[in-house]
Amino acid sequence: MILGNLDSLRYFLPELAITTTILLLIAVHVVGKNRRSPAAALLALVGTGTALLFAWMTPAGGGMGLFEGMVVLDGFAVFFKVLTALATAIVIFMSIDCLELADRTQAEYYVFLLSVLLGMFLLSSATDIVMVYLALELVSIPSYLLAGYLKGKASSTEASMKYVVYGATASGVMIYGFSLLYGMTGSTQISEIGRVLTMGTVPLPALLAAVMVTVGFGYKIAAVPFHMWSPDVYEGAPTPVTAFLSVGPKAAGFAILVRFFYTVFASPGDADGMWKLSSSVDWPFLFAVMSAVTMTVGNLIAINQRNVKRLLAYSSIAHAGYMLMGFVLLSAAGLKAILFYLVVYLFMNLGAFYVVVLVENGSRSEDISHFSGLGRRAPLAAVSMAVFLFALTGIPPFSGFIGKVYLFAEVIHQGVYWLVLVAGINSVISLYYYARILKVMFLEDPTHTGELSVAFVPKVMLAILVVPTLLLGVYWEPVIRIAESSVRILTN
Amino acid sequence: MDFINSHILSLMTFLPLAGAAVILTVPGGRDNLVKTIAAVAAFLPIPLAVQLWFTYDRTVAGVNVASQFQFVEHYSWIPSINVEYFLGADGISMPMIMLTTIISFLAVIGSWNIDKQIKGYMALLLLLETGMMGVFCALDFFLFYVFWEVMLLPMYFLIGIWGGPRREYAAIKFFLYTLLGSILMLIVMLALYFNTTDPETGGHTFNMLHYMQQSTHNGWLQGFDVRILLFLGLFIGFAIKVPLFPFHTWLPDAHVEAPTAISVILAGILLKMGTYGLMRISFPMFPDVTRWFVIPMAILGAINIVYGALCAMAQSDLKKLVAYSSVSHMGFCLLGMAALTPAGMVGASFQMFSHGMITAMLFFLVGVVYDRAHHRDIDGFGGLGAVVPVYTFFITVAFFASLGLPGFSGFIAEAMVFIGSFGVFRTIVMISASGIIIVAAFHLWALQRVFLGPLNPKYAQLEEINAREIFCLAPLAVMTLILGVYPMPVLNLMNASLIRLVDVVKMVI
Repeated sequence: MILGNLDSLRYFLPELAITTTILLLIAVHVVGKNRRSPAAALLALVGTGTALLFAWMTPAGGGMGLFEGMVVLDGFAVFFKVLTALATAIVIFMSIDCLELADRTQAEYYVFLLSVLLGMFLLSSATDIVMVYLALELVSIPSYLLAGYLKGKASSTEASMKYVVYGATASGVMIYGFSLLYGMTGSTQISEIGRVLTMGTVPLPALLAAVMVTVGFGYKIAAVPFHMWSPDVYEGAPTPVTAFLSVGPKAAGFAILVRFFYTVFASPGDADGMWKLSSSVDWPFLFAVMSAVTMTVGNLIAINQRNVKRLLAYSSIAHAGYMLMGFVLLSAAGLKAILFYLVVYLFMNLGAFYVVVLVENGSRSEDISHFSGLGRRAPLAAVSMAVFLFALTGIPPFSGFIGKVYLFAEVIHQGVYWLVLVAGINSVISLYYYARILKVMFLEDPTHTGELSVAFVPKVMLAILVVPTLLLGVYWEPVIRIAESSVRILTN
Repeated sequence: MDFINSHILSLMTFLPLAGAAVILTVPGGRDNLVKTIAAVAAFLPIPLAVQLWFTYDRTVAGVNVASQFQFVEHYSWIPSINVEYFLGADGISMPMIMLTTIISFLAVIGSWNIDKQIKGYMALLLLLETGMMGVFCALDFFLFYVFWEVMLLPMYFLIGIWGGPRREYAAIKFFLYTLLGSILMLIVMLALYFNTTDPETGGHTFNMLHYMQQSTHNGWLQGFDVRILLFLGLFIGFAIKVPLFPFHTWLPDAHVEAPTAISVILAGILLKMGTYGLMRISFPMFPDVTRWFVIPMAILGAINIVYGALCAMAQSDLKKLVAYSSVSHMGFCLLGMAALTPAGMVGASFQMFSHGMITAMLFFLVGVVYDRAHHRDIDGFGGLGAVVPVYTFFITVAFFASLGLPGFSGFIAEAMVFIGSFGVFRTIVMISASGIIIVAAFHLWALQRVFLGPLNPKYAQLEEINAREIFCLAPLAVMTLILGVYPMPVLNLMNASLIRLVDVVKMVI
């Protein structure tokens, strides 16, 4: 079912809520006297919360096409909307606690943040390549601004510049790919493109288009070899922005990656939850190699990092590699594993960055030496960090382990044993550098004396992030069911 | 009472964890309260173990028959992928459960003199006990794996925070080695999951007992090449834990750096998990590959025995000597198991139990002297026998037990291993037997250098072993002696199951 513009509006409430908030924030920015007042943060929080609630409560039914088929409302989109809104809300809390941002104008920061959120909402539901492009740019452009938000800091400006150059190149290549697809099929609707491509096409342009589109999406999820921007951007950007970029846009990137490739180049097969390639482009193999390379490169480079933020940047590259494993299998269970992994990744990765923010507040540096003796200087933060790091490594009883089990399991189920071996060895490698942080926190005596005081709100937020990380490692049935049903709607 | 009886294994597993949770709520500075809570939490499983001892039916075998497991708790945990909370005990796990309760409690008592961050230490120690107990009780592979991995975390911190000078290196080495083994195990577990079906429901299952029914394996899993690969994946995972040559290099480092009580647990219980895993998982799930692999296993066992003993002989650090003697003694377990005879299997299992007690004593004793002299250099002592006669008595008992003197449990175990395996592979057993001589030699030589000869004047005022330390040692010494003369109580516990295990592997039934 495809709805017209006016009829669509009532299914568009989450996006409208965000847009309204953005407009209000701009008004606050213009009118407000005190540019550092917490009002902007609270308003942004309310807006994000409202969007989250609306997204959660939208009837996700049979995949309704909105605005003449520009976006779709299905369980898959709702899943990613809730996920990205949740990430944004946590990042807003993180931004409030971050001293680095405290002396900068507040309102415009949240305008950028919510614009990215709006872009992510659209990206996860886009079904038209024009919409895909617009949404991707809506995610990217405010991200450039966010990365360079610390104007006085050279590395922040550098981050922004690098991000712009890489981003512009990637989206340029991507839109070239889109134009090839349009030229071959005469349609901008991805389902229509997919349908035409099935009816016997020239393989070479289709392959070329697939590769070019991969550049655009690969850049968003920071997969090797399109990851070059991410370490510098992650290091230079304000920490909450880094946390945000490593979770939100990455998740939205996965959403569009899955939706695009599964709609255009594959079609649901007869067997239970299995897909078959509907064109001659063997992208699963391409992405399987990409997955293996991404996790290996991310993990190997992370070993030598001394800056914790940069270390986590490389680790998040590796995690994109793990998640890509689920993407290449052409099975619903593989996609389900990605969705589940994104949920656990949200909590554990944001949690790790939250602790970085707290340490940074005390020391104004993210160097690993400033974590020394954290176990004694701030036990709660240190123990939380340990939980997040163990979860990122994938050790039970923490949620990251379950996420990895689902990914590994499906790879084994589909018989891609070389990939699972690579992933297994990578997990061991990742322990090495995560454990370096643990070592510094617990095994070494503090080089910086004095307690690191953690205020009440960050304590609560840490608890809010630790609890799901623990809980999903022990009982994860509800979340996996949600992931399963979200994928099922995509396959119909 | 009903609740206790029907959840006895869960209680034994999770009471220590509950104790750890309570400890974390104690305000700082109340060290004695923390220690008391830890001691209570570690003690509570002992009466339950006594209850198990008296109610366990020694006539049924278990192993691969679900209905013959005792104290079973079976609940659905994650229905969508059929993960179950499935605990139960049989003759393979019973001795290990007993050993875990005793050693863990003694380890808490033995940690009484720790003064650095006692809260964290005790909480981690209790978490470790939960992990170990869970491994021995779990009958669902997923659950087994979770417990297996849960142990890594406390172990890393216990070695890394409270260990010796090179503790950071030792801790991460231990962690990386074992995680590598675990990941292999995880991959094998998932491969098994997708290629077996639950005979009752037709779905996939993590139930270990179903994996042991060869009829549940699908076509892919029946290919012998595949089975060899899966078996080797598991074998490496377990071999790292045992540790078998050439995967043993983490052990001397971990042992030397770990605090006394942690060495006790490491050698007393953790190493046994490797051999337990072989008995519980590898052998009955892949009986055909096991039979194919017996000669390599026996050779690896022999290498462990001889090589471990030779390494021990070359050490000047008393703790390293004991660590390498563990490598040697664990070789006997593997040799006995590889023979696939009832006597060999029972000998191996009894060696696990007996070595758990003896090596715990040895590490406690090394810790005692280290606490006083602050070094463990064998040549740095001399003539201590005259200064600390009680201590000398205990260490002599422990050394004689360790070198396999008749009258101690170690002798019975090693004799049974040799009896069980001699008929199967003579040459290998004869080579292994030479290990016994080396073992005896380095024990006696070390004893002589430390306790006999002229007194080193530096240690003329060495403090005698105290009551708390004797409390840790005496029960172990007494049990070693009793079982050395009359081993039947423990042998009866495991006989039926191990005979069944041999039959399962030989596919007689």
